[in-house]
Amino acid sequence: MGIVLFDGVAYGMLLFLIAVGLSITLGLMNFVNLAHGAFAMAGGYAAAVAMNRYGWSFFPALALSFVVAALVGGLLELLLYRRLYRSHPLDQVLLSIGLVFVSIASFTYFFGPSMQPFTLPPLLTGQVALAGMEVGRYRLFLVVCGVVVLGGLLLLLNKTRFGAMVRAAVDNQRVARGTGIPVQRLFFATFVLGCGLAGLGGALSLGMLGLEPTFPLKYLVLFLIVVCVGGAGTVVGPFVAALVVGVVDVAGKYYLPEAGAFLIYVFMVVTLLLRPHGLIPRKGL
Amino acid sequence: MHPISLSPRRLPLAEAAFWLLLASGYFLLPEHLTLLSQILIMGLFAVSLDMALGYAGILTVGHAAFFGMGAYAAGLWAKHAWAEPFSGLLLALLVCAALGYLLSYLVVRGADLTRLMITIGVCMLLSELANRLVHITGGTDGLQGIAMAPVFGLFEFDLYGKTGFVYTFAMVLLVFCVARRILRSPFGLALRGIHDSSKRMQAIGSPVAARLRMAYCFSAAIAGLAGALMAQSTQFVGIESLGINRSAEILIILVLGGAGRLYGGLLGAIVYMVVHDWFADLNPEYWMFWIGCFLIAVVMLGGGGLMGLLARLVKVEKAR
Repeated sequence: MGIVLFDGVAYGMLLFLIAVGLSITLGLMNFVNLAHGAFAMAGGYAAAVAMNRYGWSFFPALALSFVVAALVGGLLELLLYRRLYRSHPLDQVLLSIGLVFVSIASFTYFFGPSMQPFTLPPLLTGQVALAGMEVGRYRLFLVVCGVVVLGGLLLLLNKTRFGAMVRAAVDNQRVARGTGIPVQRLFFATFVLGCGLAGLGGALSLGMLGLEPTFPLKYLVLFLIVVCVGGAGTVVGPFVAALVVGVVDVAGKYYLPEAGAFLIYVFMVVTLLLRPHGLIPRKGL
Repeated sequence: MHPISLSPRRLPLAEAAFWLLLASGYFLLPEHLTLLSQILIMGLFAVSLDMALGYAGILTVGHAAFFGMGAYAAGLWAKHAWAEPFSGLLLALLVCAALGYLLSYLVVRGADLTRLMITIGVCMLLSELANRLVHITGGTDGLQGIAMAPVFGLFEFDLYGKTGFVYTFAMVLLVFCVARRILRSPFGLALRGIHDSSKRMQAIGSPVAARLRMAYCFSAAIAGLAGALMAQSTQFVGIESLGINRSAEILIILVLGGAGRLYGGLLGAIVYMVVHDWFADLNPEYWMFWIGCFLIAVVMLGGGGLMGLLARLVKVEKAR
């Protein structure tokens, strides 16, 4: 029971890491970005290649995954996303589906269709005793990462000038622009940050979900569920939703394997029925 | 460049020419009748999506749920109950209309994002269900062993797809005419109004939510009928007919043709299916790459797909 809960939480943390950037684009910038998983994949592949081909160790590769995904995100924001902030959601859906297709095809072309090989660093292998349970070190590491990122984001958004400007821009873009806040640049920075976090999540998912070219499509719905159920545009919402989704999914697979992915979808539909705007609707952040 | 002008009285002629051209495929391309039938069916499916998305503005990425539901309904009906084709169509229509009406209460409320998620969720739920209920749906092997009785008890479904084509053509034309009638009625105009500004429509007293629910229900029914036609003409229902990939595909077809324009879905289906058929031998990854580039280009350039292009080339004069 305890270990199922813990594994679910670890899984949820991973989902949170990847999805929190999506929550920013979806909720703050009102951009339906279905290609978010592609940024996670870009970061994950960067880490995998750095480790497998160039012999980097795990932690520098993690940093690299953040940087690469942020760079890719920044480039695409300048080239494509920026022009569609005010257009119809359908256009945004199509653009991002197009990006997903292109990324799947290109990654298959360059890296082959199979899963990226990955060996855990010795520091993170094995198990450690915690509160009377034998928990995997890697999972524990994921939980620590998730909590650190959550804390960092909350501090950044609630205690810094940058965060204050973002909150102002979210509450009312026009007024924020009127007071001289550079909304465009701010959005660029937030988008890049979100992509970087996704890349980090992608690299961390090497050891848990595995990374293959179809990653952005395979887990897309999961990320979207986390964001929508949690409440797009918040940080705490996706955190709570990711934990619930992680626990429901792992517990479902453990106790009710024949139900498969059902539980998650039923959970989502029921939650959105009761709370169409998510568990924690946006009120600032 | 001067656009060719077309008087509104000539418009029915152009429409008739379009359908005659499609019908002439029976004589001109006798080896490709199966493909032609599938193009027609996908075209009808795209038109049904257009009703919900292009006209009513309901953002849905799960429309394959209805297509697949209709296909399974018709397939199971033919396999276990009665192989007569028209009854299967009617059953699929009713089942999907009912499902669509029930789901419309979920879909119409909430913002675009919630709608998107609910439609995806329902689609995934149904495809998971079809995957699990192996003893009913055949699971990943698909529903096999559908043997259709002859149309009107006279015309057998043959190997070359001749009967299949005529039957599909007639049904698609009929349903398209009904859809055209619906979309050109005051109800269709109200949908357009809601698409442009739902607040304004509410202000002039239009029952916005009820209208959207009806549009979603009609759209679901037509999608189910298209699915049923697919099941009957191929005598097989694959699990992928329900999946999210099929939903994405039909969205691409509609956007390629031009959303919110009556013939957009049909035109998109013709071009997409023919190109897909050409590329079929090619590596599917390349196909994905090009379709992705195409989508990005369409969004960046704008202009409403093929119908948008056509509308710039051919201007219809204002009726007086």
